[in-house]
Amino acid sequence: MSAAKGKPMLKARGVTRKFGGLVAVSNVDFEIPRGSISAIIGPNGAGKTTFFNVIAGIYAPTSGTIELDGKPLISPPTGAGREPILLLVPTIPFIGLAIYFLIAIGGDTGLVEGVASVSVALLGFVCALLLNIVRPAWYNRVIKRIGVTRPARPNDMVEAGLARTFQNIRLYKSLTTLENILIGMHVHMRSTFLGALFKSRQVREEEAAAEQRARELLAFVDLSGMENELAKNLPYGKQRLLEIARALASRPKLLLLDEPAAGMNPKETEEMTALIRRIRDELGITILLIEHDMRVVMGISDHITVLDHGEKIAEGLPKAIRTNPKVIEAYLGRGAAAGH
Amino acid sequence: MSRIGEAIGAPFAPVRTFFRRHRSLGIFVGVLLISIALPLITRVPPFDGIQSTNAWVNAFTTAAIYAMLAMGLNVVIGFAGLLDLGYAAFFALGGYTYAFVASPFTGVHLPFWPMLLAGGVVGAIFGVLLGAPTLRLRGDYLAIVTLGFGEIVPITLMNADKFTDGVNGIGGIDKPNIPGILQFTLTNPWPMYGLVIMLFALIMIMIYRLEDSRLGRTWDAIREDELAAESSGVNTVIAKLQAFAVGASIAGIVGVVNAAKITIVTPDQFRFAVSISALAAVVLGGMGNTIGVATGAFIIYLFQSILLKQLNTLVENFNIPVLNQIDFLEFQYVLYGIVLVLMMLKRPQGIFPAHRRMREFGPLKSAKRGSK
Repeated sequence: MSAAKGKPMLKARGVTRKFGGLVAVSNVDFEIPRGSISAIIGPNGAGKTTFFNVIAGIYAPTSGTIELDGKPLISPPTGAGREPILLLVPTIPFIGLAIYFLIAIGGDTGLVEGVASVSVALLGFVCALLLNIVRPAWYNRVIKRIGVTRPARPNDMVEAGLARTFQNIRLYKSLTTLENILIGMHVHMRSTFLGALFKSRQVREEEAAAEQRARELLAFVDLSGMENELAKNLPYGKQRLLEIARALASRPKLLLLDEPAAGMNPKETEEMTALIRRIRDELGITILLIEHDMRVVMGISDHITVLDHGEKIAEGLPKAIRTNPKVIEAYLGRGAAAGH
Repeated sequence: MSRIGEAIGAPFAPVRTFFRRHRSLGIFVGVLLISIALPLITRVPPFDGIQSTNAWVNAFTTAAIYAMLAMGLNVVIGFAGLLDLGYAAFFALGGYTYAFVASPFTGVHLPFWPMLLAGGVVGAIFGVLLGAPTLRLRGDYLAIVTLGFGEIVPITLMNADKFTDGVNGIGGIDKPNIPGILQFTLTNPWPMYGLVIMLFALIMIMIYRLEDSRLGRTWDAIREDELAAESSGVNTVIAKLQAFAVGASIAGIVGVVNAAKITIVTPDQFRFAVSISALAAVVLGGMGNTIGVATGAFIIYLFQSILLKQLNTLVENFNIPVLNQIDFLEFQYVLYGIVLVLMMLKRPQGIFPAHRRMREFGPLKSAKRGSK
């Protein structure tokens, strides 16, 4: 139904990830239709979380590419051998300047001249180093021309509109719930270092607006009134909700949920399912989830992909997956599939 | 006990709410009041018998310099959670920067005030230089690299004697002056005291503002969980470099002031002991709490420079056998060791725990008793 609308939200082509000799994810093609709730299922060790981590930018793929919302963001790194040149080339003008400076004063290198020229060269090196670390967009474009590409980092993916939660909840435990959410908003805040030092009007307004929105988000996941509670003091179910709220704070287009209902009782699971639906319907966010609880998966997914031993063995509507012999075999073994 | 405290504090409630809203002003007024009160206290017995008021003011100035160092180190350790054991290196680089451009050694004499900023910039550059290769390291490994950096800098300064005059250091450094109004001298400690107090208040205000900003929150996130921080969109690489740069630039600025105060820099002033004393102050005061850390540094410095000296004269005066052979001043490093061990055992959150850390370690024992 929603699959027909426009380009897919996420498109993975031929994604492979190896750890040494182990192929955790093998040549997976994968699409998430815009506005859908998709699920990845598979037995333990099927490579679901590895695939998740590749999408989120935590692991670079061994091969294959990933596009988010039409933008190619992740591909294997290339040209690593040329990286030292990147440090050297921007330094050369500074070294040239230092040498010119020494010649200009007549080649008589006294103490002050020596120190001054060395510091000019050093300054150049620090600039090159900083460029290489900070990697502004134009810099990435320039180095692409000499054949050096790097996959997007997790924070780049967040900026591009992807947010995630973790299988074993990873909150900022000794910060308050409100602070947790404020950190989640990081990418959409514009206050700078100097702005913070001088507490400019723009910074103050931004902080106030962010706090307001953080409270709204807490209300959305039903955690109102717990703003000043430390994250680690929340009960387990509420910690999961807070993690989702923190992910929503970055205003994602695509939300990755890694086993959102793990360790929950049936009532909490039902509430979680309802929340996931509300996120899609009210906020219009596309959702991809990994889940072991089949009632959750079959209940809310529009589209299911099954992985086994790192390979995609089936995909389609929940009904088709439930009766797919390959899937049954992967979960229950060959004998069970035959007997079915 | 807390009830008595509340009763005493009640009339000041409006004052407190005012300063809570205008924290920077509050810090400024507080630092000013304390800086006026401290010299006054030294005129009262028993303090007036220990040393002259001028000597006291001089000691307070040095203590405030150490307190600023500790506050800067606290940004790296307490906020971003990066254990930096080579902090004295940035202090040294700030000091030598000023020594190069304002001493008879090079013959250059630039004015003091812009060099304060330059010291900060030099500190930040070297902070980035140290931070960049160590971005992937954590905990113990980072501590070892920074420890190495902290040793390399003074040793380089010692061995590059063409540029630094080796172990002798660079002497005769210019004192700051305000043309036509005020000339700082070695004999009058008051102008330097005023300068250091102003800088102290300024740095404290800046650190508090950074802590509460978007940048401060990214440091919190990195300290708590780096992977989660990345997945919240925090560029951990830049945030860590910023922590290193901010901490190092504070050390650089303080290094300039310190060089101008004692008018000589030698590599020996910047050995490991300085890093450790700053670390001891951070641990004693309470990691992550700026005011606590500054107070911790003040306590440690005054303890070692006043109390231990007093112990020496006391023992000499009474002529106690064996003990009068001992120079207690040499025991200051034992003192750091004892402070670090005792604090870790008895009160890991520090004397003045940070707001958060206090909750992390649970309520204080005294508070528990008070409530029962």
